[in-house]
Amino acid sequence: MSLKDLRQFPEEEYLSSGHLACAGCGAAIAMRYALKALGEETIVVIPASCWSIVPGVFPHTAFKLTAYHVAFETAASTATGIKAGLEMKGDLGTSVMAWAGDGATFDIGFQALSGAAERNDDFIYVCNDNEAYMNTGTQRSSATPYLAWTTTTPTSQPKVEPKKNIMEIMVAHGIPYAATACVAYPEDFYNKVRKAKEIKGLKFIHLLSTCPTGWRIASQFSIKVARLAVLTRIFPLYEVEGGERLTINVKPEFRPVRDYLKMQGRFNHLADQDIEAIQQNVEKTWNKLVKRAES
Amino acid sequence: MKKVIEGSHAVSYAVMLSRVQVICAYPITPQTHIVEKLSDLCSTGEMQAKFLKVESEHSAMAGCIGASAVGVRAFTASSSQGLALMHELLHWAAGARLPIVMANVNRSLGAPWNIWCDQTDSLSQRDTGWLQFYCESSQEALDTVIQAYKISEKVSLPSMVVLDAFYLSHTFEPVNIPDKGRVDRFLPPYEPKYRLDPKVPRSFSGLTPPDLFTEMRYQIQEAMEEAKKVILHVDEEFDALFGRRYGLVEGYRLEDAELVLVTSGTAASTARDVIDQYRDDGKPVGLLKVRTFRPFPSEEIRKALKNVSKVAVIDRNISFGMGGIFAEELKSVYGNEEEGPIIFGYIAGLGGRDITRETISGIIEYTFEEDRPKKPSLWPDLRR
Repeated sequence: MSLKDLRQFPEEEYLSSGHLACAGCGAAIAMRYALKALGEETIVVIPASCWSIVPGVFPHTAFKLTAYHVAFETAASTATGIKAGLEMKGDLGTSVMAWAGDGATFDIGFQALSGAAERNDDFIYVCNDNEAYMNTGTQRSSATPYLAWTTTTPTSQPKVEPKKNIMEIMVAHGIPYAATACVAYPEDFYNKVRKAKEIKGLKFIHLLSTCPTGWRIASQFSIKVARLAVLTRIFPLYEVEGGERLTINVKPEFRPVRDYLKMQGRFNHLADQDIEAIQQNVEKTWNKLVKRAES
Repeated sequence: MKKVIEGSHAVSYAVMLSRVQVICAYPITPQTHIVEKLSDLCSTGEMQAKFLKVESEHSAMAGCIGASAVGVRAFTASSSQGLALMHELLHWAAGARLPIVMANVNRSLGAPWNIWCDQTDSLSQRDTGWLQFYCESSQEALDTVIQAYKISEKVSLPSMVVLDAFYLSHTFEPVNIPDKGRVDRFLPPYEPKYRLDPKVPRSFSGLTPPDLFTEMRYQIQEAMEEAKKVILHVDEEFDALFGRRYGLVEGYRLEDAELVLVTSGTAASTARDVIDQYRDDGKPVGLLKVRTFRPFPSEEIRKALKNVSKVAVIDRNISFGMGGIFAEELKSVYGNEEEGPIIFGYIAGLGGRDITRETISGIIEYTFEEDRPKKPSLWPDLRR
C-alpha cells in the first residue's frame, strides 16, 4: 500500500477500540474500513455471528453508528425491511449494510439472501467469510474449504466437499455488483465498499477474513496468511458488474498453494497428494476466471 | 360506508385505513385474499405503502421487524405452517418491542395436510409476547386491526388479529367501512420514542447479560398487564367515534346463568343461536366470548362467571397431553381460589369440522347432566 492509498481513508473512526474481537481478527480490521467507506449515514445489520459479541455487551457498544442485531438467518430480509422503511420515511440517503458470517450467508440465511438478490433490494451485503462457524467454536459450514479441519470435521474425517462457490451463485442472480475482497487488501476492500455505496440494488461483497483461532495460526500472521490466499490464487480478488463484466483486481504471479496451507494448523494433516489436488483445483478455477475476464 | 365484503378484505381495508407503510408477506391458503386485496390497493395508489413480496414467512416477519424498527407501521398476514415458520421471529418482534400487527387466519397444522379451520396455529404462539385478539365477525376483524395498531404502539408490543379460516376469512358480510378522516383522528401517525436513526446512533438488540435480561423480560410482562387497560381505553375511544366496542371478553345472556359456554371466534355466533333456544325453553344458559387471549383477561372472566356453577369451554384447538388451550387457561384463573365453577373442557371443530348447533346442544346437555367431567378433555364431535 502506498502513502497515497493510506491517505484516502477518512480519519473518522466508527468502530472504537475496546471491542471484544480476538487478537489478529481479520474481521475487526475489515469492519473498520467498511465503516470508514460508508460513513455515519449508515445502518449496520448484524445477524448471529462473532459480531453479536465483538461490539461488546449491552449497554456498551464499539459501534459509533446505528447497528441492529437480528436473528441468524435474517440479515438480508431485515435489511430489506429497513430499506423499505427508510424509503417510506423519505430517507433516501442512508446506506444499509448487512454484515453476516459465512454460516449466515452460505447456509442458514441463504434463502433470504437469494430472495433479496432476486428482488434486487437496495443494500450492501458483506459476507465476512472465515470459513467455518467460528463464534460457536469452529464447526464446518459450506464455506469450509476442502479437507480443512474443524471441530465437526476432525482430521480423521475431514471435509471432503469443496467450498460452495457463493460468488458464482450470487452473480447468477444478475445483481448489479458482486465482488470478492480480502482483509490483506484494505484499499481494494475500501474502494469496493465505496463503489457499492453508489450503486442501486443488491451489492454483494465476499470478504475473506482470517480467523487466527479457527485457522490455527498465530495472531501476528493474520494479514500474512490472508495475503497468501490472494497471492496463491486460492482466493482471487475480482468483481462482476452488471451481472457480466468481470475484472480481476489482483493478478499475482504463480505461487504454490502450499505456502498458504502450510502456515495454518487447520491444514496440518494434509498429505502431499492432498495439496497437489488442491493446487490443481486452484489452477483450474484461476484459468477459468482469467478466461472470463478476457472474454 | 356499508358494503358487503369478504372477511379477508375487511382486514385489507383496515390495513389501508391504518395507513400502514410497509407490508411484507408471503402467500398461504387461506390468508391469500388479504394480501391479494392489499396488492391491488397498493398498485392503484389507493394505498401509499411498499408491499415487499418476500420468499418466505420467515422473511416476511424479518422484513416487518426491519421496517418497524425504522419507525414505520408494518403489517403481515399468515396462517398455519407459515405462522409456525415465523415462530422464532415472533419472539424477536416482541423482544425488540416492535408494534407490528399481523392477521392470522386460523388453520390447522400438518401432518397430515389440512387447510381448514382450527386455532392450534395461533395458540401455539401463546408465549411469544404478542397480544392476541380472536374475532367473531368481519366487522370485528376490521375494527380490531385498526385498534390493534393503537394498542400496540402504546404498549410497544406486537398484535395478532386472529380470524377463523373460511368461516370468517371467506364469508361475505355487510361491513361498515369507516371514514378515512375519522380513522386518522383515532389513529395518529406512529412516532416511536426509539428507532433506527443514523442521526441518533444507537445499537439495538445486542448481547444482554444476565444482570439486565430479567428486567427487560419484566418490562414485557408489565406491558402486557398495562395492555389490559389500554385495550379497554382504546375500545372506549373507538366506540365514541365509531359506535362499536368489543371489550376483553363479551358476555351474552349471562344474567342468572347457571351454565356458561366459553368459546372464541365464529363458534361464538353459533353458540348465541343455541343459547337463545335454551333460554326460550327456560334453561339458564349463557355465553362468554373470549376476545383477548393475550393478555389473558383473568379478572374479567372471574367477574363474568361469578355465581356460575358450570362452565363448558369449547376449544377448536388441542394441546396434546393436556387438553383444550382456552379450557386450561380458564382453569388456571381459579388456581388460587377457594371456589370456582366446575370447568368442562370440550375439543370440537378441529381441522375445519363444523361446530354445529347439534354439537353445541350436546355439549350443553352433557354439562347439565354430569356433576363433573369424566375426562380432562371431552370430544363431542369425535366419530367412533
